[in-house]
Amino acid sequence: MSKLNTDTNFTDADAFYAALADVHRDRSDAESAAINARLILLLANQVGDQHILEQALAIAGQIHIEE
Amino acid sequence: MASTYTNPEYPYRRSPDQDAAAPVHHPVIIVGGGPAGLAAAMDLALQGIKTVVLDDNNTVSVGSRAICIAKRTLEICDRYGCARPMIDKGVIWKHGRVYFGEEQIYEFDLLPEQHHKIPAFINLQQYYFEEYMVDRCRQMPLIDLRWLHKVTEVTSSADRATIVVETREGPYRLSCDYLLVADGANSPIRESLGLESKGQVFEDRFLIADIVMEADFPAERRFWFDAPFHPDQSTLLHKQADNVWRIDFQLGWDADPDEEKKIENIRPRVEAMLGKERKWELEWASVYTFRCRKMDSFIHQRVVFMGDAAHQVSPFGARGANGALQGVENLCWKLAAILDGRAPPALLATYDTERQHGARENILHSTRATDFMTPKNAATRLFRDTVLDLARDYPFARSLVNSGRLSTPCTYDDTPLNTADQADFDPRMRPGAACQDAPITGAGGQQEWLLQRLGNRFVLLLYGTLPASAGQQLEAALARLKREGNRTDVLWILPQGQQGSKDNEVVDSEGVLAQRYDLRPGSAYLIRPDQHVCARWRTLDADAVVAAAHRALGQDLAEEQAA
Repeated sequence: MSKLNTDTNFTDADAFYAALADVHRDRSDAESAAINARLILLLANQVGDQHILEQALAIAGQIHIEE
Repeated sequence: MASTYTNPEYPYRRSPDQDAAAPVHHPVIIVGGGPAGLAAAMDLALQGIKTVVLDDNNTVSVGSRAICIAKRTLEICDRYGCARPMIDKGVIWKHGRVYFGEEQIYEFDLLPEQHHKIPAFINLQQYYFEEYMVDRCRQMPLIDLRWLHKVTEVTSSADRATIVVETREGPYRLSCDYLLVADGANSPIRESLGLESKGQVFEDRFLIADIVMEADFPAERRFWFDAPFHPDQSTLLHKQADNVWRIDFQLGWDADPDEEKKIENIRPRVEAMLGKERKWELEWASVYTFRCRKMDSFIHQRVVFMGDAAHQVSPFGARGANGALQGVENLCWKLAAILDGRAPPALLATYDTERQHGARENILHSTRATDFMTPKNAATRLFRDTVLDLARDYPFARSLVNSGRLSTPCTYDDTPLNTADQADFDPRMRPGAACQDAPITGAGGQQEWLLQRLGNRFVLLLYGTLPASAGQQLEAALARLKREGNRTDVLWILPQGQQGSKDNEVVDSEGVLAQRYDLRPGSAYLIRPDQHVCARWRTLDADAVVAAAHRALGQDLAEEQAA
């Protein structure tokens, strides 16, 4: 069964992070949220494998935010 | 205030130049006795060039300022002959911890790799760094160090620079072929020539509190995002020599620099961090903001800018003084070759192209670290906090955490001085890369290091033995380079188990050298005077060595210009 890779897999982690920050530069909160949604869908399609996506969704869902 | 260091006072001395009827001419005058200026004087002295160094003050750095000295910087200083006291005095560290809130989220080791003479990093107050450089400069007869000689006017033309120097005994004039300017980030000379250093100002303030304390903390770099004792801001703790600890508190843009520097405001911050019981004394405090910027060109006619005057970065990642020394070593061998008539003046332009690349790299890394540490909007703040949260459990997220990517030497990939690889090699030591060190054994059986055998002139590194005919051709090629003034020494590397019989025959005692340089019998590397690779071959061709040396000396550039 395929397993979600949580080890480093970026070809250039810093460049990715900088580009991610750039796409959010000078955007409203609503625009940022929309950008994030579009990005997730694009990347999810790239991953494709439902089993892997479900593992990622499970980790992503484990949030602990103080209300 | 505690004081673990007393600044030396270097005396003003009258120079015979001040009594000359006409302005005295020097090949090279250096403005600024900080790390870049002193390094340039030593580098040029090693290549036989006399310099005059002018400094408007009479001492080294006031305050600890830059404290992280990277491996490559120490390797450069080792070539100058002043690394030993730095390493002996400095605090060697290679371990770092990153915290988010209460918890440690990960730790790292800088250089798990064995077989290097020089440690990955040391922490040493800038005043010691400069003092040891001054000590070394004073041993070098080619360096004329003039304290309390302040340059007040610079005039530049196509073939020389002339300056006015102010002293307590009045002004005098000098002229030079090249004026090397290392007068700091706010460079009055740059301003006076109407030149600009352009870039980004970061709207943030940081408090440096250097405190003296006896502590049993290990010599690690500790970095907190959103520490419980300093919420919503970052904090750095780092050990220096003499039990001085650097604490760097992020304050935010609205902080009042004058208020924050007061001991009554620093004390509660430090107590919140270390506890009220711990005994410490403040040694030095400073509130700083920073910029990332550089000049469009580091060369203005015969005026060449170095260090912070040429390029400035945020302190995260230790790229200021470390970047400055990489620039100096790039410049000085080229300048020496031009002054000696061994290379065309066109070679100088590659100091600009190669170090613009270095400066862009340093600015890029330092800007990214700053952007990570200080998110600019809600979206990037959320990403940063999410990265930190995930980093506890998931290794991929650790690669995104950025509290400063520590300075590593720049590789000059696109420089016209390189001869491109024709054969298949591991890319690590490709043309443009700074040579990595490796343990070797000399002919007398003594343990040495590769880098001690490189630098200040071209070196051809050869692995194994050559057929007799190739040996003769090589002799002829080296003789030709020598006739042209460009001494090129051969360093024979013998495989493990063999024994050298001449001074230039050394053994790859641990097999590390062959591995790091991807050597096979017959492999050859041509190495520049600044210890950067400029060409390599699987099979030596004597004509190719001459062509590569000529190329590295900028002769192709001169022809292009003439054409």
